[in-house]
Amino acid sequence: LPGGKSAVAGAVTMDKPTARQDATSYNNFYEFGTDKADPARTAGTLKTRPWTVAIEGAVKKPRTIGLDDLMKLAPMEERIYRLRCVEGWSMVIPWVGFSLAELIRQVEPTGNAKYVEFITLADKAQMPGLRSGVLDWPYAEGLRMDEAMHPLTLLAFGMYGEVLPNQNGAPVRLVVPWKYGFKSAKSLVKIRFTEQQPGTSWNKAAQQEYGFYSNVNPKVDHPRWSQATERRIGEDGIFAKKRPTLMFNGYEAQVGQLYAGMDLAKFY
Amino acid sequence: MNKLLSHAAARPLLFVLMLLPAAQLVWGAFANTLGPNPAEALIRGSGDWVLRSLVLALAVTPLREALGWTALARWRRMLGLFAFFYGVLHFLCYAWLDMGFAADDIVRDIAKRPFILVGTAALLVMVPLAATSFNAAIRMLGAARWKALHRGVFVAVGLALLHFFWMRAAKQNFGEWSVYAGLVALLLGWRLWRWRARPAPGVQASHPARQRAAAPRAQGGRAVGPPP
Repeated sequence: LPGGKSAVAGAVTMDKPTARQDATSYNNFYEFGTDKADPARTAGTLKTRPWTVAIEGAVKKPRTIGLDDLMKLAPMEERIYRLRCVEGWSMVIPWVGFSLAELIRQVEPTGNAKYVEFITLADKAQMPGLRSGVLDWPYAEGLRMDEAMHPLTLLAFGMYGEVLPNQNGAPVRLVVPWKYGFKSAKSLVKIRFTEQQPGTSWNKAAQQEYGFYSNVNPKVDHPRWSQATERRIGEDGIFAKKRPTLMFNGYEAQVGQLYAGMDLAKFY
Repeated sequence: MNKLLSHAAARPLLFVLMLLPAAQLVWGAFANTLGPNPAEALIRGSGDWVLRSLVLALAVTPLREALGWTALARWRRMLGLFAFFYGVLHFLCYAWLDMGFAADDIVRDIAKRPFILVGTAALLVMVPLAATSFNAAIRMLGAARWKALHRGVFVAVGLALLHFFWMRAAKQNFGEWSVYAGLVALLLGWRLWRWRARPAPGVQASHPARQRAAAPRAQGGRAVGPPP
């Protein structure tokens, strides 16, 4: 799956990309098990064709789009993003996709569309992890409209120049590089435009630990651990000190203005 | 079975077997075979072996008494020391790989995170046990006090289980934890059952044979004392 050059500011980080082997074998995708080695082992059962994504809610043109049509909606671009997991590790991944804004413009949100909700596939027949009660299924995430429209917010179909492996959220997923990884919902089946802030799976599971915004922020600790540093998978050697985590995962210049005047300790 | 267990090679063999996981972790760290996050693998791998060593050490007395494998008694101290060894390794891995040996960060982290606090407490409880695990310590303390001190292993295993439970609570993944908790419950339950079933002290006093049997243990300074 080739991707062209992107003109979006911040689209290509200079950081060294993580080895593909690491990025495809160390995954949090609870629908396929809670251990990070589980998805690579069990996600083979996911059927990514045929696949449709339903667009609904406060839009003038609600529709259900087949994967092939969705992929033709805009030119594919390569985006090399830092990925910071809330657990304290990070990777650098070359994604292939286009800005979510391209899709949003085509479905014409109404004035009532203040938020966007993302719903992930939840099919017990394909996803052994759904047996676990750790989260409310289907997995749901959400963004504020301006966050969803930001050009860095990516609708990704591939990584490392190939279509997404199942364990990484095939066939289509969200990538929001300035937020903790769990905001980037995988294997999307529904995108809903809402007036009210949507509930999100992790917020429902542990309200004090995971807020709606979940922006990468070294100054706001997780209640159970510090967020000041991170371990870059494959690059920081075992005995290397962890590297400092950057505000908005290093995308402050691009996204800082979205949160001007907000108390980020309160809206964590 | 007793003959097999008391074979001259049995204890050295156990020693090597218990050392293998550590060797495998160290080898894996240098050969880079511990997966995408080797630091995490080292911390978790060493922690797993604390619980496993504790379960094995706690299994000695029940097996010895229930199955009559008296030769096992000589193994208990070594297994307990391995629990401490893996505990120290576990803490060192955390302090080095996660915290970069920054003492102030470590102290703050221990105070801030209950599950780290409980794990550290488990290790601290094991320190005096490991420090008094030689024969002369039993003579110095007296068998009764030594025995009381070494009941601390029950506290240590309880704290270790709580530490592991909290760590897994984030993902509500309690499968492995239940296995350890079940084994510990079984081994401690057996002790409770035996303690309740024993004759009352007055009755005991009228059994000189029992006292005679206990006497050499108390005075002989045996490394492995009476079952706590």
